[in-house]
Amino acid sequence: MIEFRSVRKQYDDGTVAVQELSLTVPVGTITVLVGPSGCGKTTLLRMVNRMIEPSSGTVLVDGDDVRDSDPAGLRRGIGYVIQQAGLFPHRTVRDNVATVPRLFGHSRRDARRRAEGLLERVGLPAELRKRYPVQLSGGQQQRVGVARALAADPPVLLMDEPFSAVDPVVREGLQDELLRLQGELGKTVLFVTHDIDEAVKLGENVAVLRQGGYLAQYAPPEQLLAEPADDFVTSFVGRDRGYRRLSFVDSDGLVPGPVDTVRIGDTSADVPSQAEWVLVLDPHDRPRGWLPPGAPIHGQLTEDQLIAGGSLHTSGAPLRGALDAALSAPSGLGVVVDEDGVHLGVVTARQVLDILESRRHPAVTEGAVQ
Amino acid sequence: MITDIAAWLLDPSNWTGDEGVLRQAWLHLLYCLFAVCAAALFAVPLGLYIGHTGRGSVFVVGFSNAMRALPTLGLVTGLAVLFRGSVALAALVVLAFPAVLSGTYAGVRAVPSQAVDAAKGMGMTSKQRLWQVELPNALTLLMGGVRNAMLQVMATTAVAAYVGLGGLGQLLIEGQTIGRYDQMASAAILIALLAVLVDLALAGLTWLLVPRGVTLTAANTGARPRGRRKQR
Repeated sequence: MIEFRSVRKQYDDGTVAVQELSLTVPVGTITVLVGPSGCGKTTLLRMVNRMIEPSSGTVLVDGDDVRDSDPAGLRRGIGYVIQQAGLFPHRTVRDNVATVPRLFGHSRRDARRRAEGLLERVGLPAELRKRYPVQLSGGQQQRVGVARALAADPPVLLMDEPFSAVDPVVREGLQDELLRLQGELGKTVLFVTHDIDEAVKLGENVAVLRQGGYLAQYAPPEQLLAEPADDFVTSFVGRDRGYRRLSFVDSDGLVPGPVDTVRIGDTSADVPSQAEWVLVLDPHDRPRGWLPPGAPIHGQLTEDQLIAGGSLHTSGAPLRGALDAALSAPSGLGVVVDEDGVHLGVVTARQVLDILESRRHPAVTEGAVQ
Repeated sequence: MITDIAAWLLDPSNWTGDEGVLRQAWLHLLYCLFAVCAAALFAVPLGLYIGHTGRGSVFVVGFSNAMRALPTLGLVTGLAVLFRGSVALAALVVLAFPAVLSGTYAGVRAVPSQAVDAAKGMGMTSKQRLWQVELPNALTLLMGGVRNAMLQVMATTAVAAYVGLGGLGQLLIEGQTIGRYDQMASAAILIALLAVLVDLALAGLTWLLVPRGVTLTAANTGARPRGRRKQR
C-alpha cells in the first residue's frame, strides 16, 4: 500500500507542484494518476521512491515512512519504469535487466538467468536478448524496461508515462500486456499518464489531478465517467464519456440473433434468398465480410467480392464492443463471436440501447429485451 | 626539392645516433605520452566529478577558454628559463589539460538523461551510477578529448624543442640554423607522420574501450555526440 498524507511540494522559486494532497493506493491494484502537464502527477510519483522529497507531509509504503530508509535501498525495493524506458545503451538487453539483481549482490550467472526468465515473461523474443537497446523498437525497449523494473520482484511498481513515446497500436499491445502481467503478479502499481483513455483502461482507481497540484477526483474509472465531480473532470474525461462508459457495462441479456451465412468458395446456388445482408464465413466459421442484398455472385465466392466487416464483439465482453460492432458493420448488424473467433450470431444497436434502457427502468421495458 | 627530401630521409646516417631520427622521434613520443597521461590523471577525475555532480560546470567552460588563450610557447620558454629544461614539460601538461577536461565533462553530460534517471530510480548509489552508467557512456567523447590533447601536444612539442628538450623539433630547428632545408622539410614530414600514427593508435584504443552498444547508438542517432539525445 502507498499512502500520501497531506504531501505538499513547493520549489525554491515558489511554484507549488503539489498542494496538500492525501491519497491511498490500495495493495495489489493499478492506480492511475492522470492530468494535464503541470498537474504534479510525476512529482507525486517520484516522491514514493524519494527521487523528489516533499516539502511537507508524509509518504508511506506498506506503513513505513519512506524517509526512514536510505534512498538507494528504498529504490532497489521499488520497480521504476520511465518514458522511453531509459535503458543503458552500453549493456545488452539481458544485462540491462540483470543490473538490478547484480545490485542485490547476485552472481552474474544468477542475475542473467533471472533476466532471461523475465524477458520471456514480458514477451520479448529470445533472439533479442543479446542485442543492444538501440537495436530494438520503442515497444520492445519498453518491454525490457518493464522486465528490468520487475527484476527484483518488488511489491510496488512506479510507472511514469511508460507508453507515451510509442505509436498507438504498440501502446495498446503494451497496455494489454501490462494488464495480463498484473493479473499474474498482483503488484501495487502507481501509473502516471496524461492520456485519459489509458487511465480508464488500466486503472482500478483513477486520480484526476488539476494544474497546480490539486486532486480533482479519485474514483474507479466507471464512476469517473458516470459522475465527474466538477467541470474540470467533465472536460478532461472528454465528450464521448457516455460511450466510453459502456466499457464498464456488462452485456448480460444480450442475445445474438440469427443471420444468413455462406462460406468462401460457395457458389450462387448455395446462397440463400439474398434479400438481406449475408454474412460470409471462412471454413472455420470465422467472419470474413458481408455480401450486400442482391449482389451477383460469379462462380465461386471469393474474398474480393466481399464488403469488409466491422469490429467483432466477443461474447461476454462489455457492451461497448457490441455497440461498436453494430455501428461499424456495413449491414448494421454487429457480429458476435466466441473466444476462438467463431461466429455466434448478430446484434443490432437497438438491442444494445434496449438493454441500457431496461436497466434504467427495469419494470417498464422488460418485454423489450426479448 | 622532393628528391633532396627523399635523399635525406633515405640516408641511414640521419636515422641513427644520439641526434638521429629514431631517438628524436622516441623522445618526441615520450614527452607527448607523458604530458597527455599526466594531464588525464587530473583532468579525467575532475571532469567526471563536475559532469556527475553538475557542480562547477561554469568553471569548465571558462577555464578551457582561458587556457586556450594562454601562449603555450611563452609558458614553455618561461618555465625553461626559470627552472631547468625538463620543467618545460609541465607546460605541455598544462596544454593537454583543458581538452581532456572538457571532453570528459561533455561526455558525462551527454549520457542520455533517461538512463541516468533510471539508474538512480533502480537504486544505484551515486558511485555506482558514475562507474556503471556515466563513465562507459562518456568514453567516446572522453577519448575524443584525449585525441585532441595529443594532437595539440604533438605540435607544440615540435616548437618547444628549441629550449633544448630534444624531439623531432630539434631536427627542424637545427636544419634552419645550418641552412639545410631538406632536413627541415623532412623533420616536418616526420612530425606530421608521427602525429597521424599516434592518432590512429588512439582511434584503435577508443574502439577497444568504448562499449559496442554505445558505438551502435552513436551510429544510429546520426553520430551527434555533442549534447543530449533529442527527446521525441
